[in-house]
Amino acid sequence: MDIFANLLLGLQTSMTPVNLLYALIGCFLGTAIGVLPGLGPAATIAMLLPATFAMPPVTALIMLAGIFYGAQYGGSTTAILVNLPGETSSVVTALDGHQMARQGKAGRALATAALASFFAGTVCTLLIALFAPPLAEVALKFGPAEYFSLMVLGLIASIVLAHGSILHALGMIVLGLLLGLIGTDVNSGLQRYTFDLPELSDGIGFVIVAMGMFGIGEIVANLQQEASRDVSINEVKGLWPTKQDFRRMVAPTLRGTALGSILGILPGGGAALASFGAYALEKKVSRNRHEFGKGAIEGVAAPESANNAGAQMSFIPMLTLGIPANPVMALMIGAMIIQGIQPGPSVMTEQPALFWGLIASMWIGNLMLLVLNLPLIGMWVKMITIPYRYLFPMIIVFCAIGVFSLNNAHFDVYLMALFGVIGYVFKKLDCEPAPLLLGFILGPMMEEFLRRALLLSKGDPLVLLTRPISAGMLALALILLALVLLPSFSVTREEAFQEE
Amino acid sequence: MIRVRAEKDFWAGLLYVLLAAAFLWLGRDLKMGAASRMGPGYFPLTLSWILGAFGVISIVRSFVAQGSPVGRIAWKQLGLITAAVMAFGFLIDTAGLVFALPALVIISALASQQSVYDFKSLLVLVGLTVFCILVFVKGLGVPMPILGSWFEHAAVIAPQR
Repeated sequence: MDIFANLLLGLQTSMTPVNLLYALIGCFLGTAIGVLPGLGPAATIAMLLPATFAMPPVTALIMLAGIFYGAQYGGSTTAILVNLPGETSSVVTALDGHQMARQGKAGRALATAALASFFAGTVCTLLIALFAPPLAEVALKFGPAEYFSLMVLGLIASIVLAHGSILHALGMIVLGLLLGLIGTDVNSGLQRYTFDLPELSDGIGFVIVAMGMFGIGEIVANLQQEASRDVSINEVKGLWPTKQDFRRMVAPTLRGTALGSILGILPGGGAALASFGAYALEKKVSRNRHEFGKGAIEGVAAPESANNAGAQMSFIPMLTLGIPANPVMALMIGAMIIQGIQPGPSVMTEQPALFWGLIASMWIGNLMLLVLNLPLIGMWVKMITIPYRYLFPMIIVFCAIGVFSLNNAHFDVYLMALFGVIGYVFKKLDCEPAPLLLGFILGPMMEEFLRRALLLSKGDPLVLLTRPISAGMLALALILLALVLLPSFSVTREEAFQEE
Repeated sequence: MIRVRAEKDFWAGLLYVLLAAAFLWLGRDLKMGAASRMGPGYFPLTLSWILGAFGVISIVRSFVAQGSPVGRIAWKQLGLITAAVMAFGFLIDTAGLVFALPALVIISALASQQSVYDFKSLLVLVGLTVFCILVFVKGLGVPMPILGSWFEHAAVIAPQR
């Protein structure tokens, strides 16, 4: 079968000493930064992105993917050990994982998280290898109208599945789209919203927006409540789960993987919803449901496998369609563009080594995390205990150096400071930065596809509705939106996220 | 008596309206064009109107729906962190990394009540500066001046840019 030839090509690409080394460095750095409380995968990738600019594309993407899994993984470690989930997807892991840690079973909780994640990662690598090619095939038949509608669907889905106010998420998307248009209009060559500044004629770098909003803005918010941030941890021992633990892990891991895989494909689903969903499901079906919230191993295995499955499956829309499902994928797309690769269905046919190398490296990265992280747990514990007062200036330093190194322009550093302010203000108003970043990435693409679609239809906007696939996607987006606005559904949605 | 119930909705809505107005005003010279030949203004101006509409809805809602207050704004932290980043941006070319980095660290550290100024923190600062020079400038080859343009005449110590 083809898939084996493809995976073989992928393994050949990803198993070169250089790529293995960078996968390892990525996993290591990702975990190291991911365990630091308050730094999730998006901020970690944004911070480390500039380090990959000089690398060949495959190596850069493999390292970034490694950083992504590593940061995700590190977030779980922090959630379990100190009850400080760095990102939404490890919030539920903290519920039972931290209880286990308080009962002296921290080692077993960490091992459970690692094994469940690894299992989910393995399954999802195979799923991606199976489903990405046919999807890319379909996507190649898409015209501009389909692409435009798909992006609308993606943006709507990303807010339906996220949490927080729908209205503000919509507002942030539109604002992101607008910010993305700053720069030179490709068709007319006119400068839009550049204030005649040459620095803005190429538009604003998305790394600047991401680092400003996720990095700097977050730091100000953290400093405001810094008293509650200091941490102390018990010693971690007894890593290996018992036979009975294993028996209790199997079914939740399988269910978590399945649920996470399904939710992960949906745009905007990604890891957060998957882990919430899996936890809720286990709580309903588990025989040990009375133990939930008091240190049930199922409460760690299920969300961790789901979270990893969801995170990995979110590569599918990115790889096949060039559409980001979450901010991390938006950053990956940005990285590809910087490397001169136009993300989309053609990547698979034009750059098979890159495509399959990245997929194969996913499994390798998961394996590395398993063997790298458990023995090094003592080191991660030390990292968690670094006081925040040492940490935050360093984070700003890395952000500033990273942004400066993009173009060697101090203007970019000023812009990052500005987006830091914007990020903080919006955070205070409960407006999430993630939809803004998605809109920011998609803005120029949406304009281009809409322009082409309307050009082909001679200005008739009905083209979006007369082409069946396009109409179907718009209808789906409308249904999703209607669902969230219906009172009964919003109640369930609130419940799903209330445990935060 | 009408009053704002959901403060966050109100301010977010106002922000959307103001930003939409700014985008409309700044884009006032962009041609709309026709749908079949979209001008440079077509997409941004349409989006600005949509953003403004969301803003108005949010403001209206803030009078009806219940919501939480905005809470205290951390002006001091916000100002200091922003100033620290700006100082880095200003000093990196002129004074060079050896000055820009400590300036960033020292100004931003003022934002935390828990910062301590002792020998150990000084060591951390020196260590961090050396680390960044070794890793970013020497290791990764980021073209950052270790000493900036202010020192160009001191040819003995200034590295060539």
